Amino acid sequence: MSAAVKYLRSLLMLELLAGLALTLKHFFKPNITVQFPEEQTPMSNRFRGLHALRRYANGEERCIACKLCEAVCPALAITIDSEERDDGTRRATRYDIDLSKCIYCGFCEEVCPVDSIVMTRHINYHAEERSELLFDKAKLLAHGDALE
Amino acid sequence: MSDDTLQIEVNGQTLEARKGQRLIEVTDAAGITVPRFCYHHKLPIAANCRMCLVDVEKIPKPVPACATTVMDGMVVHTQSERALNAQRAVMEFLLINHPLDCPVCDEGGECDLQDTALGFGQSESAYVENKRTVASKDLGGLIATEMTRCIHCTRCVRFGEEIGGIQEMGGTGRGEDMRIGTYVERSVESELSGNMIDICPVGALTSKPFRFTARSWELKRQPSVAPHDCIGSNVEVHSVNGKVKRVVPIENEAVNEVWISDRDRFSYLALGHQDRLQNPEIKENGSWRQATWEEALSAAAEGLKQTAADQLGVLASPSQTNEDYFLLQQLVRGLGGNNIDHRLRQGDFSSNAGAGGQVNINAITALQATDLVVLVGSNLRKDQPLLWVRVRNALRDHGIKLVVINPKNYDLTIKADATFIGSPVQMANDLAGIVKSLPDSAALSIEGWQDSMATDIHRQAAELISSAEKPVVVVGNQAYSSDNYASLNSLAAMLATQAGAELIELSYGANSHGAFQAGAVAHGLPGGAEASQPGLNASAMFEQKLSSYLLLGIEPEHDCWNSSAAINALLAADQVVVMNAFVTDTMRDYADVLLPVAAFTEQSGSMVNLIGDMQRFRANVKPLGEARPAWKVLRVLGNHLELDGFEYADLKQVTEAFVKAQEVTASVATHIVPRLSESQQLTRVADAPIYAIDSLTRRTAPLQERADSVKAAVYINQATATAQKLEAGKPVTVSQGKSSLSLDWVVDDLLSDQVVYIPAGVVGTEALGSMVGPVTVTGS
Repeated sequence: MSAAVKYLRSLLMLELLAGLALTLKHFFKPNITVQFPEEQTPMSNRFRGLHALRRYANGEERCIACKLCEAVCPALAITIDSEERDDGTRRATRYDIDLSKCIYCGFCEEVCPVDSIVMTRHINYHAEERSELLFDKAKLLAHGDALE
Repeated sequence: MSDDTLQIEVNGQTLEARKGQRLIEVTDAAGITVPRFCYHHKLPIAANCRMCLVDVEKIPKPVPACATTVMDGMVVHTQSERALNAQRAVMEFLLINHPLDCPVCDEGGECDLQDTALGFGQSESAYVENKRTVASKDLGGLIATEMTRCIHCTRCVRFGEEIGGIQEMGGTGRGEDMRIGTYVERSVESELSGNMIDICPVGALTSKPFRFTARSWELKRQPSVAPHDCIGSNVEVHSVNGKVKRVVPIENEAVNEVWISDRDRFSYLALGHQDRLQNPEIKENGSWRQATWEEALSAAAEGLKQTAADQLGVLASPSQTNEDYFLLQQLVRGLGGNNIDHRLRQGDFSSNAGAGGQVNINAITALQATDLVVLVGSNLRKDQPLLWVRVRNALRDHGIKLVVINPKNYDLTIKADATFIGSPVQMANDLAGIVKSLPDSAALSIEGWQDSMATDIHRQAAELISSAEKPVVVVGNQAYSSDNYASLNSLAAMLATQAGAELIELSYGANSHGAFQAGAVAHGLPGGAEASQPGLNASAMFEQKLSSYLLLGIEPEHDCWNSSAAINALLAADQVVVMNAFVTDTMRDYADVLLPVAAFTEQSGSMVNLIGDMQRFRANVKPLGEARPAWKVLRVLGNHLELDGFEYADLKQVTEAFVKAQEVTASVATHIVPRLSESQQLTRVADAPIYAIDSLTRRTAPLQERADSVKAAVYINQATATAQKLEAGKPVTVSQGKSSLSLDWVVDDLLSDQVVYIPAGVVGTEALGSMVGPVTVTGS
């Protein structure tokens, strides 16, 4: 573009008018602001929110402490300790997720052979202290129970 | 190319092979991967998994590489379409009945089946019918089973037959109905049973104590050396977050092949035992209080300073590191004393020759190549299990003859060709009989020998021995603890010289050779030089009741030859400083200062095994609580005592000092002239049974539940019991000198007449006296 045309455009304020035209167009469109918390944004079915540990229908926890999620977690957010329960099955004595480390990639959910750890679509949670972001097994199971 | 070698072509690559080699051995050596399950280089060929099928030109069907002998000019394709198809098909069949429970399987992550399925299988199976399930077997406290996972490779079965020596596992049924298990419901009791866990290619046999506690990929793996016998098996310690989770063998052909004993494998379980001493403690006015290291070391040093050097007795376990021994002897000799010893269970000190003094670098190769073994007072199978594996290898490879001279007719799993069962006195007489029946033996002087003592069976045994080409004479733990050990050992040495045999002198502990080399014996300085003024030996230190003792890594009530004498001497002493990883109530009675030291896996150092290999190892985990490696404690103690030469900056310098000390010429201890006697007295014989040899094994719960774990009792044969008028079911009173004890008695007809076996090292026999010696047994 030649310098002359550029000069002419700015002299006639054509760029400014183009901008104002866009503003005017949106002025008559319906607005998209969501009134949280009364309203929620639409969410994909595959949205990855807060984790939960699931149970079987009979109340037995699904997790078998195979530690695949611990191994796959790229942020090293998961810590598991395992033992043989009295009935001879393999169980986690400890299942911690550090949400301050978690990057919500969903690998844990994907790798779980028994669909125990899942990422729910629950996003409305907060913490006022760092320690509240350390979710242990009881908390995760309770979250699963609440949503099941 | 000699007659013995030939050439084959594998995947276009020309390889040299020896005649008679299996194809899979050649490809393994060349680094060509052939998948396999049933083949194991230490086990005989079974060729029943069919996984190693390869394509050989001019052979119409794929052949198993493990069972195919190489032929000159053979052209092999391990990756051809036909080979890969065959492998894929086999893999699919193997997976038909294998459960998909990898996530809960302890083998997951280190599983041959997983790896091979990924590498050589396919992702889909045509099988849609029901999978079979198999009930799991209870094989005892060490091996957990999940028999549905079994793929019938029969490695465990072959291990029992060929290595363990007793066929404990077997297959019943055929095809779909085949089951691997013990034929009748019972536990697997071999002293090597843990190796089945390693060789099982799937998760059918896994470690019970390890069960579900960690996954293979999160384990930190570091090498170490097993601390329970003089073989010095190479092990790998697996830990997570500073906690030892399991111990597995490392392959070392010269030492332990690929095996380790159950003792070496499971003793880590005792590391977190409640008896572990975690803080230094001081006794003040009869009660114990925790102290800082500074306080405790000052208290110990104060006491040691006030003791006259010849009134200080220093005893160390035979399983300490070279560095511990070196600093310990430096400390004692720095104080001007010489009373230091590690030969806690030696029964006779009339000669300084004996186990630990001389390294026999051929010991292991000689056993592997031998055609005749003479056991003198040795239950080799249980006492040094990996040496017995070598004997079994020799038996399998070329056959052996076995001559046994023992107080008990042990179950050795190999039939002896000549057996002499008798009390230690009788053992010496029998040994002398054999020696004197050898050719050219007339000049040998044996005190108390009369020609009438040699009988036909002695002459037959002598004939066997002199006709052998590579005989080996093993003097074992039973002889070591006998009160005529010097004579037995001297006779065995004579036998070895006369017959041209290798002499292997064995004893307790992992590092008696290191102790000798470091100078942790009363008569020897570092490097094996002779001390100008020999101090008191282990037994004399307790008999003479010294005023001060320093104990390293021992529990005298279990680890010493004469436990009651040891306890009495310690109780009477003015000061006893105990450096140990464990603490007992008895210890709290006699000790004044308790210093916690590191145990197996917790400290770095080096040990010398029976073939003279100095094996160095590093700490795998941090010591428990406030415990510190013994060498550090000794170094600081040396500084507190203001002794010269304790300015070591790190372990390396101590090791260097130890190695440098070996440059002197070692003096070779001479054997005494053997003495024979006649004794019709009832004699106690004892050993520390396989799972009672040291603090760690005694505290390993699963090992204590093994059949090999001997309980405190009086073992006696029926004839002797009848002669002593013992009543069935009633306890008997055993007396040795001043000490006596009431014990149950058990008939054991494998024992000889006039012999009572009462184990040492176990709970319940501490109150008794010497391990071998006269005893009276009366029905109460």
